[in-house]
Amino acid sequence: MESKKVLFSGNQAIGEAALRAGCRAYFGYPITPQNELPEYMAANIQRNGGVFIQAESEIAAINMVIGASAAGVRAMTSSSSPGISLKQEGISFLAAMELPAVIVNMNRGGPGLGNISPAQSDYFQATRGGGHGDYRVIVLAPASVQELMQATMRAFELADKYRTPVMILGDGMLGQFREPVILPHPVGEIPERPYAISGAQGRPARLIKSLILDVQKMEEHNWKLFRKYELISRKIAEAETEFAEDAKLAVVAFGTAARIAKGAVKRARADGMAVGLIRPKTLWPFPSKVFAEVGRTCTNFCVFEMNTGQMVDDVRLSVGAEAQVHFSGRPGGVVPTPVELYRSIAKIYHRIKKEARP
Amino acid sequence: MKQVFARPRTLLDVPFHYCPGCGHSLIHRLVAEVIDELGVRERAICVPPAGCAVLAYNYLDIDMLEAPHGRGAAVATGIKRVRPDAVVFSYQGDGDLASIGTAESIHAANRSEKITVIYVNNAVYGMTGGQMAPTTMLGQVTTTTPYGRDAALAGYPILICEMLSQLPGATYIERCSVHDAKHILQTKKAIARGFRCQIEGLGYSLIEILSPCPTNWHMDPPAAHRFVKEEMVKTFKLGVFAEPRLGGDAC
Repeated sequence: MESKKVLFSGNQAIGEAALRAGCRAYFGYPITPQNELPEYMAANIQRNGGVFIQAESEIAAINMVIGASAAGVRAMTSSSSPGISLKQEGISFLAAMELPAVIVNMNRGGPGLGNISPAQSDYFQATRGGGHGDYRVIVLAPASVQELMQATMRAFELADKYRTPVMILGDGMLGQFREPVILPHPVGEIPERPYAISGAQGRPARLIKSLILDVQKMEEHNWKLFRKYELISRKIAEAETEFAEDAKLAVVAFGTAARIAKGAVKRARADGMAVGLIRPKTLWPFPSKVFAEVGRTCTNFCVFEMNTGQMVDDVRLSVGAEAQVHFSGRPGGVVPTPVELYRSIAKIYHRIKKEARP
Repeated sequence: MKQVFARPRTLLDVPFHYCPGCGHSLIHRLVAEVIDELGVRERAICVPPAGCAVLAYNYLDIDMLEAPHGRGAAVATGIKRVRPDAVVFSYQGDGDLASIGTAESIHAANRSEKITVIYVNNAVYGMTGGQMAPTTMLGQVTTTTPYGRDAALAGYPILICEMLSQLPGATYIERCSVHDAKHILQTKKAIARGFRCQIEGLGYSLIEILSPCPTNWHMDPPAAHRFVKEEMVKTFKLGVFAEPRLGGDAC
């Protein structure tokens, strides 16, 4: 890493990291709050030997990604909630055809047109595949501009390694605030894609498709994908913990919500409450193992999200039957303050203490 | 003995699944002949559609990437932009190109993407069993226009060549037909021009080909071919709508 720090907005940082990860094709369509990313790519990808197209729609953009990726080039697109909905058919095709791609979702308030404020309401869509068919998408949840850069580099690496689409889930706050970052080193060798279509020169013709009419073969393909997802689940699930060793109550939050939670947890600690933090850095695969470890000493979890509680199910599935899973959150683009969350934490914490007394 | 007819190198030696009298097998062969004659088999990349021609990959011995329904032009764009030396073409039906994929088709033409579009128009959704297509003619009976297409209810057959030729980016646009030998040869010439338009870097090319669908028109093959000749060409006028300036063009 270069040691000099430079100031970057989140969206621009993703663009710079993508170029350093060898991304040479960007296709996108304007939607707030991610516009600084296509703008950055429009200004910079060409002199890095890449292509930029402002597509006619999010649908066209993801299909251009399919074409460029199949042709052997690291390709990406970005959008925000309603636009990500439009891309889902293409993402399903990418998963089916086992093509690498990076998709950025700067989540905004929803459903519908919603608003452009920070929200985490696309958790279900992101972590359950999002489109039709039996598939998953790797979902990375960075919480700072520096992490957005790392996640972008990692996303391209994982996409190639596992031949699968990878999503970076952020929001307007992460995308638009500025933080000093250390720029990551550009990647050296980008792995060859021996399956890429390039013209059948001196080799048999290649075919990349997702139509599998034979049900036995389709089933086989489904199980093959399933085994790949199992492998990914074992290998890359990741979470960060803070003050978790002696916690009686663990707050669970990702992305922007995790930054707020950090403040609230520190405040609670300062007041003598044994409160910790679990911050999933991958949302799919969900870092269940970390919950099992923390769960050995902690049986109370408070999920904190900027939605109505979409991560609660995953936490419940990751903790023991005796564990209590609470929820605190604000949907609709409202960004709660650390004090607000602190109050919720304190209320839950004191209730737990009371119940624990004989 | 002099060989006067053979299977093109690009066409695989397998029987077509298409119905008797269907235009797709003919058009596949024309595409294969043109690829051979231009010597671009090893540079060619085809983007087949969703529809009857989805199985084109079973017949053409070149690299293929299947597109989601209607998105052929966008997928082909993605390939061509990162592989400018490849000869990239999408092969699409009327439902695929002129209904669900209208936006992608118009904008690829408008950007003058250096791709070739083989657009097969048989005025009906073939693979799904004969529903109304965007190109179904007024009065034509389909499973979803059981009393004939009524403009007041279902609008008019969409004229892609006429529409696209309004765009400065649409370099070469021609409408052909495969209802008889003469027109088949003309279609082959048009396909060759389309590919050359791309190879010479001139821009976007689209060849619309009127094609019989005996099964969903409920006709025998000769009647279906007659229907193209006598009825379809009245709505879909044959001709060149945008003319490319090819080097040494003899056409």
